Amino acid sequence: MMRLPKFRYLQPRTAADAVQAAADAGPEGMYVAGGTDLYPNMKRRHQTPRVVVGLRRVRELRAKSGSPTAGLTLGPNLTLTEVSRDPDVRKAYPALARACLLISTPILQNMGTIGGNLLLDTRCNYYNQNQEWRKAIHFCMKKDGDTCWVAPGSPRCWAVNSSDGAPVAIALGARLAFLGPDGERTVSAEDLYRDDGIAYAAKKPEELLLRIELPPVDGWRATYQKLRRRGSFDFPVLGVAAAVRRDGDRVAEARVVLGAVASRPYRSREAEAALVGRTLDDTSIAAAAEAAFKPAKPMDNTDFGLAWRKEMVRQYVIRALRELRDGA
Amino acid sequence: MAGADKTLRVIGKPVRRVDGRAKVTGLTKFADDLFLPRMLFARLLRSTEAHARIVSVDVSGASKHPGVRAVLTGKDLPVPFGILPVSEDEHALSLDKVRFVGDPVAAVAATTEDAAAEACDLIRVEYEPLRLIADPEDALAHSEPKIHDYADQGNLHKVVALEFGDVEEGFREADLVREDLVFFEGNTHLPMEQHAALATQDADGRVTLWSSTQTPHYVHRALAKVLGLPASRIRVIATPNGGGFGGKSDPFNHEIVAAKLAMLTGRPVKLTLTREEVFYCHRGRHPTLMAVKTGVKRDGSITAMDFRTLLDGGGYGSYGVASTYYTGALQTVTYRVPRYRFRGARAFTNKPPCGPKRGHGTPQPRHALEVQLDKIAESLGLDPAEMRLRTLHPPNSLTANYLRVGSMGLRSCLEKVVEGSGWRSKFRKLPEGRGVGLACSSYICGAGLPIYWNNLPQSGVQLLLDRGGGVTAFCGSTEIGQGSDSVLAFMVAEGLGIPPADVRIVTADTDLTPVDLGSYSSRVTLMTGNAAIQAAERAREILATHAGAKLGVPPTRLGFAEGRVFDVEDPAKGMTFAEAVVCAESKVGTVGTVGSYSPPPSPGRYKGAGVGPSAAYSYTACVAEVAVDRGTGIVRVERIWIAHDIGRAVNPILALGQVEGSVYMGVGEALMEEMAYRGNRFGVHKIPSMLEYKSPTTLEMPDVVTYLVEDPDPNGPYGAKEVGQGPLLPVPPAIANAVYDAVRVRVDEVPITPEKVLRALKLRAAGKEARVGPTRFPDVPWPEAIRVPPPWEGGDGRAVAGEARAAERGAGGRRQGGLATGVSK
Repeated sequence: MMRLPKFRYLQPRTAADAVQAAADAGPEGMYVAGGTDLYPNMKRRHQTPRVVVGLRRVRELRAKSGSPTAGLTLGPNLTLTEVSRDPDVRKAYPALARACLLISTPILQNMGTIGGNLLLDTRCNYYNQNQEWRKAIHFCMKKDGDTCWVAPGSPRCWAVNSSDGAPVAIALGARLAFLGPDGERTVSAEDLYRDDGIAYAAKKPEELLLRIELPPVDGWRATYQKLRRRGSFDFPVLGVAAAVRRDGDRVAEARVVLGAVASRPYRSREAEAALVGRTLDDTSIAAAAEAAFKPAKPMDNTDFGLAWRKEMVRQYVIRALRELRDGA
Repeated sequence: MAGADKTLRVIGKPVRRVDGRAKVTGLTKFADDLFLPRMLFARLLRSTEAHARIVSVDVSGASKHPGVRAVLTGKDLPVPFGILPVSEDEHALSLDKVRFVGDPVAAVAATTEDAAAEACDLIRVEYEPLRLIADPEDALAHSEPKIHDYADQGNLHKVVALEFGDVEEGFREADLVREDLVFFEGNTHLPMEQHAALATQDADGRVTLWSSTQTPHYVHRALAKVLGLPASRIRVIATPNGGGFGGKSDPFNHEIVAAKLAMLTGRPVKLTLTREEVFYCHRGRHPTLMAVKTGVKRDGSITAMDFRTLLDGGGYGSYGVASTYYTGALQTVTYRVPRYRFRGARAFTNKPPCGPKRGHGTPQPRHALEVQLDKIAESLGLDPAEMRLRTLHPPNSLTANYLRVGSMGLRSCLEKVVEGSGWRSKFRKLPEGRGVGLACSSYICGAGLPIYWNNLPQSGVQLLLDRGGGVTAFCGSTEIGQGSDSVLAFMVAEGLGIPPADVRIVTADTDLTPVDLGSYSSRVTLMTGNAAIQAAERAREILATHAGAKLGVPPTRLGFAEGRVFDVEDPAKGMTFAEAVVCAESKVGTVGTVGSYSPPPSPGRYKGAGVGPSAAYSYTACVAEVAVDRGTGIVRVERIWIAHDIGRAVNPILALGQVEGSVYMGVGEALMEEMAYRGNRFGVHKIPSMLEYKSPTTLEMPDVVTYLVEDPDPNGPYGAKEVGQGPLLPVPPAIANAVYDAVRVRVDEVPITPEKVLRALKLRAAGKEARVGPTRFPDVPWPEAIRVPPPWEGGDGRAVAGEARAAERGAGGRRQGGLATGVSK
């Protein structure tokens, strides 16, 4: 079998101790929450931390506070199962509950955490292979090599942000609080992600995700549509998170975010502009879908062909927006 | 042999399988569960090149690594082997060249698996890359560099041509001639259990290998050959397989390596493959391009059929020669085909070798044929079920290619699924986006011939009767999850009138059990079943003689049931089975019997006639109902109705399991499974993992309605025929035909992915031919066909002589190449 490399496992009990441990370990250290992504990656030698800072004993990372009217705060160590079953989340932020239910399999949802999903390593089928396989392609830019085999002339890595939670967090306008050696800072979910398969999160390695802050619902409605080969297990080949706030018949504000088509969740401001000020009808929905479709640029590094995946952007944006319209 | 239903007490009853409790409670010991004291762990270093000459292998670093006890390279195991005697082209470790990414090059045994893996990393291999042969077209275009030194032509491993009657004449008699090109993608078995082997050598030099294999007898032979030991000094034990599906039917490099390392180190050595390595073992479905041309009369009866297949074989021979013939063998056994021509070619390519997967070589042509019949029925304005019913092959008759059809329950199968599915109210009548499709098929119940030429029985069973009333059945048959251990126990229990719980099974151990050739070609129930019946009958004779003497009843009047031996005319008069054994043992000593089985000889006498004959053929009919999303092209199989002519169900629950498992696998092949490679990226397998190699989950599995059609076959044990493979065959074409019924597009290749469906829908919307599929069949340098007149043209199963062939050649000109998808006349 593929075996884990040797590492030292630390179990701090407070967030501050965890950050200290990670800072002490420097580039040799990594956090682990549920471990459903990190450990398989370590077996394939994508990451080989000498020190793994386990977060399971840090109670404050499992806290939940606030309310849908005041804004709900979730601890990043809540499991995907817990988030998907949380009554407040289900009632006020059903798009997030749905996204969590669509991640991987029910068994892995019991281990995997919402924080882990938001900080999921980017994926690529030139990268998510074991070491022997990657030797045969002389490795790739993301790990141990020089070339991005998705686009061999490219100066950057095209690995895909494959989180289901991230596009939803952006569509909901979530803010993320991090704790680092220099204290706490909060960043909007949208600003966390970068369009680079390697440096995909604007966060220092030792910074610890402390809280996920969902804003008050305040008239917003959101949904999430996921496309993948099978009804379970698979990462998205496309995710569409959409949120609208209506003022009477008209769309006052909208957020349309595409997952799994780029190294970051792609917020389609063009699609949003096609909706704002209009009623949510077939015409505006089609215009928004067309606007989202045009710049979407999936690459040949996930399941399915890229042309079909791009085409599905149109379909899935339409589906998401129709759901928002019809599900009122 | 077969008794009437009401007299049977075990056969036909839903008795619990003998290994059921151990499997569900986790007590079954699979190969990787075995641990021996002082055991070492081995790992293989695999090629990172798809096609290259090995310049040098430097193992000095690995040998010095802490914990390492032995390192092997190709020169330590120079004797070639392979499942078929005609293609012994494998080495346990590559000798001078590598033929695909994943081909093993070196092996390390160490005290821990980590140390073995680290040492593999320290082995330096220098390669001189050779041009990669990516696919059959590439192989046809480039006879150099040759992947193997032997082959029929260049990189064409095998090219065969057979003709049974004058097909051109048959086409001239037809009212409609249709030609279709269909592609069936390669896919793999995906057993839950990875292959694993454990070897040890005892103080006297005898080698024992435990392995997750479907064919311990063939592994035994390969080990003897490569290790240079007499077979009598080697023992092979097949552990229960956690699924095989054909993927554990070859002797494998890791088995030989484990044995050699055990001999070198004097310690037990275990080698368990990773999931990725299982993809490299492969031996799965050959990607196959097919050109099928069929002539029919207005009523749908077939006048002639011409079938061409081009198989992508991968890097080694494996079962490939047989696979090639199988792509042409069984087209003739479902419907009457009076004239038939088959030409098949298998190319070597730089990918993991293809071989036998459930249905071995027959699902691809069956798919093409059943899809074409659907198109023909539409052209003729006939209902596809009705058309098939009119043209069924008659039972108890010969086919054009000299296969002997015995019992033939396809009519009942068709009637069951037509009735059950509501076919007549659905076909061409459901709303757009929903559709039903129908297909039929047939499969062998055991290959008529063994893998290597011999006149020996293909299965043997030995019984030992204990004076306490227990019976031990010894047989080489191999449990791969299909229930062969249970079938053996049920056969013996039925024959001796004792409960299955009183039968102890010893199987798949070359030291202890008579040879059975293995769990492949759906042969076990029929062959070991018949051997078990013979052994049980012989035991009954002995017991009846001596129990009868004691009871004062003629032996012929004794019955065996419910653990008793009794006078059938006065059932109160009798004794327990154990007492009968004591009676016999006190007279003749230890009571034991043997039984064995060889299939009947086949009437075909031409070269190539060895593939296709079987003691019996199972038949299946299937209706699929699908929903197609027109926005995405995503196909969802809602329900499958499937009827299988099983002859007799030895155990209806096990039979249902085999049918449902086959449906599951068929759905996966039809919709998503694909062995994909990146020819432009060093020839790597694109997705060698259980996450990214897409196989259906429970959520994709449709509801299945199964009908077991029981029409006992005189050659089957209690009339039983196979059920392990046949029910897969009609599933993909039924789905393809249902997709057409739903949205009127043809995707003439599997998998039928959403991308292809959507492309076809766009063609349809644009008013173009709504078809996605292959558009050309490359020119293959076919040899002159071996010509065999069919039985109804006075043939005797032999090929006609050379001059007669030449004369016939002069008489009728032959056309080749040039292909239209629908030629009517």
